[in-house]
Amino acid sequence: MAKVTIDNIEIEVPDGTTILQAARMIGERSKADAYVVPPAMCYHSKLKTSGGYCRTCIVKVTKGSEKDPRPMPKPVASCRTNVMDGMVVENTVNPELIDARNGVVEFLLINHPLDCPICDQAGECHLQDLSYENGKEASRYQFERRTFEPIDIGETIKLHMTRCILCYRCVKVAEQITDGRVHGVINRGDVSEISTYITEAIENDFSGNMIDVCPVGALTDRTFRFASRVWFTNPLDAHRNCDKCSGKAVVWMKGAEVLRVTGRKDMWGEVEEFICNSCRFEKKSSSDWTIEGPRKIDRHSVISQGHYTNKLQQKLLTIAAPNDPGIEPFNFNER
Amino acid sequence: MGRKLLLEHDNKPGIQGLEGYRANGGYRSVEKALKLMSPDAVLEEVKKSGLRGRGGAGFPTGLKWSFMAKPPGVPRYLVVNADESEPGTFKDRYLMERIPHILIEGMITSSFALGANTSYIYIRGEYFYIYRILERAIEEARAAGWLGKNILGSGFDHDIHVQVGAGAYICGEETALLESLEGKRGNPRIKPPFPAVKGLYDCPTVVNNVETIAAVVPIINDGGDEYAKIGVGRSTGTKLISAGGNIRKPGVYEIELGITCEEFLNSDKWCGGVEGRALKAVVPGGSSVPIIPAELYFKTAKFEPRLMTYESLSDGGFATGSMLGSGGFYAYNDAQCIVRSTWNHARFYAHESCGQCSPCREGTGWMEKILYRLEHGQGRTDDIDLLWDIQRKIEGNTICPLGDAAAWPVASAIRHFRDEFEYHATHPTKVKDPKHFEKEPFKRIPKFASA
Repeated sequence: MAKVTIDNIEIEVPDGTTILQAARMIGERSKADAYVVPPAMCYHSKLKTSGGYCRTCIVKVTKGSEKDPRPMPKPVASCRTNVMDGMVVENTVNPELIDARNGVVEFLLINHPLDCPICDQAGECHLQDLSYENGKEASRYQFERRTFEPIDIGETIKLHMTRCILCYRCVKVAEQITDGRVHGVINRGDVSEISTYITEAIENDFSGNMIDVCPVGALTDRTFRFASRVWFTNPLDAHRNCDKCSGKAVVWMKGAEVLRVTGRKDMWGEVEEFICNSCRFEKKSSSDWTIEGPRKIDRHSVISQGHYTNKLQQKLLTIAAPNDPGIEPFNFNER
Repeated sequence: MGRKLLLEHDNKPGIQGLEGYRANGGYRSVEKALKLMSPDAVLEEVKKSGLRGRGGAGFPTGLKWSFMAKPPGVPRYLVVNADESEPGTFKDRYLMERIPHILIEGMITSSFALGANTSYIYIRGEYFYIYRILERAIEEARAAGWLGKNILGSGFDHDIHVQVGAGAYICGEETALLESLEGKRGNPRIKPPFPAVKGLYDCPTVVNNVETIAAVVPIINDGGDEYAKIGVGRSTGTKLISAGGNIRKPGVYEIELGITCEEFLNSDKWCGGVEGRALKAVVPGGSSVPIIPAELYFKTAKFEPRLMTYESLSDGGFATGSMLGSGGFYAYNDAQCIVRSTWNHARFYAHESCGQCSPCREGTGWMEKILYRLEHGQGRTDDIDLLWDIQRKIEGNTICPLGDAAAWPVASAIRHFRDEFEYHATHPTKVKDPKHFEKEPFKRIPKFASA
C-alpha cells in the first residue's frame, strides 16, 4: 500500500496505482472531493497502454516519495505515473499547473472546428467539458484550421477527422478488443490523421466500441446521426441475452423509439463493458431489450441538466481573479 | 593540445578497409578486452574515463551502462543511434564514412562489457550509401573472425545488424528509435520504463550515439585514466564538432574539450574565423540548443572566457548560456536574419513532430505559422509575446525532448534578438526582401544580460 496526498487530501492506495486512479479513488470516496481528479482525454481505464498523449492530466509532483523526497522537475502525466509511498501531488492548488493545462486545452482546440451546433457528440463531449472547465473563452489562433473530408470508415461508423484530437483510443480498441486492426495513424505532426489508408471498411463485431471511446465527435454512429440531440433522449439501463457480449447496455429512447444503443459509461465517462455491433446497431426496438430503469448520468453533463457549477470552477475563478468582487471566493481551507 | 583520438588516422590510405585499419592499430581494443579483461573491468574503464554521451544530452556513459538490468535468461542489446538528423550536425556521417571499422570495433568492445550478443546500428534513411559502407565493413570483420561465434577464442559471440530508417528526425529519440527498429511507427514511448530495463523487444537495451561508442576504442586502448586527462573538469576527452555557417573553413573537427570558444572559431586550425563580416550569433550544438549572441559566445555572463565544454557552454543557464549538444556548430554573420533562421528551425520541428502528444503536435505548427507571418512582413508586435507564451507551454509538457528542442531555439532567439523581431513587425515592406540585412545590417546594441 502507498500513501499519497493529492491537493492536501490523503488516500491509501495499492502499489502500482497511477496518480490519476488514486485521484479518482478520492473522487469516488467523496463526491465533494471529485474536483481534484485531473481531466483525461486519452486515458481509458479499460484499455491497456492508453494515456500519456493528450497531456491534460498533467500534475506536479512536489515530493517524489518518502524515500526520495525530491520533486519531479517537470509536470508528469498522472495517467501513466505510478504513485510512490509518501508522494505529494499538486493539481488544482498549483496556479502554474493550471496555466500549463490551459495551454494544453488551447493547443487541443486550435485545430478543432468547434462545430458543436452540428456535432452529434455535443452534450456528452469530453472536449466541451474540458474547455469549459480549463479553457479560455477566446482563442489566439488566427490561421486556417486543418480540415479533412468526413469519410465512412465502416458501414455504421462515420469519421470526422477534422474533430479528432488524436487520443489513440480507437486505435487501442481496434488492437485490444477486435481481432485485427485495419486503421491507424498515418502522417505525422499536425497533419497526422486516423485512417484506414486504403478505403477498407472496418468490419468487425466489436468495431462500434470505437464510437463509445471517442472523447469527441470524430467517430459517430451512422444509425443515430442527426436523429436527435442527446439531451432530448432518455438514457435507460437495459439488457438482452446476447451470445457475443454481456448484453448490458444503455438504450437512448425518445418516446417509445430506441434511437441508439451505447455501452454503459462510468462516472468518468469511460465504458464499463464493451458491447457487440449487433446489440448496438441492429436492436433498435424496445421489444429487443429488458429495461432496468433510468440511467444515472454521473458525469457533469447537459444530459443531467445543468450541473456545470462545481467547486473546481469556483476554485479556478478564485485563482484567476482573486480580487474580483463578482466572484465568491473559494475557501481553500475547506475540503 | 590538438590530440586526436578518433580521427587520428583519418587520412591514412585504405583506412576504410579492414587491412588499412588493422595496419593503423585497429581492433587492439577488442583483443585487449576479450583476452585480458572482464566485462566489469571494461565498464570500470569507461566509468573512469568520464565519457559523456555524444548525442546531445551528455549523460555519463558508464553510468548509463551500469543501469542496464541483467535478468537471467533475457537477451540484452546494444543499439547504436546513427540517426543523425539534427540540422547542423554531420559528425557521425564523417566518422562512419571515413573509418567504419572504429564503430564496429567500439560496438564489439561495448557489447562485451554489456553482455550483449546482438547489436544494431540504426542509420537514417538519407545515409543509404553509408549503410553500404557499413555492411561491407561488417562483412570484412565477420570474414576475419571479429564477428560471429567465439570471437578470438574467448567464448563471446557477437553479431551486428544495420537497419536503415525511413527518414524521420523523431527516430533519433531513443525510444522512438527502438519502436522503429521493432518495425512499428516511430513514436516515442512513455518513460518509465527506460530502455535499460525494457528496451528493444522488451529486453534491457543500451542506446548510444556513434561517437560515444567509437570513443570506447581509445578508452580501452589507453585506459580510462589516460582519456580523462584530456579535457576540463567533467568534460573529458575529445569531441567531434561539425562546423558550418558563415565561417571560412567548414568541416568536421576533432577538438580536445576545454579549448576556448574564441580559439575554436578564429584559429586557422579549426574554423578559420568568420567570413567577411562581423559575427552576430552562434549556435554551438545543433539546431535544438539555444542560439547565443557573439558577445556571450566569447565570454560568459561573468566575463570569463567561454570554453568548449559541456559546463562552460551551459554556464548561466538558458538566460546567457547554451549547450554543447551534439556538436553541430554554426555561426551567423551580421547579414543573417535571426527571424528567418528561427522560422527555418520552427518549420523543421513542425515537419518532424510525430503528432503523438498535443502540445508538440499543435504548438510546433502554430509557432511555424506565426514565424512565417513575421518573416514575410505580415507580423504584428504582439506576435512576439504570443510566440513566447506558446514555447513556454510546449517546453516540459511533452512526452519526449522534441518539444523542448522546438521551444528552445524560439525562446533564445526572442530572448537575445527581440529587437530584430520587433523590426520585422514594424518594417513589413523592408523585410519582404529575404536579404534585407545584407543591404542594411541590423544595428544591434550588445547587451550583457545580468545573470
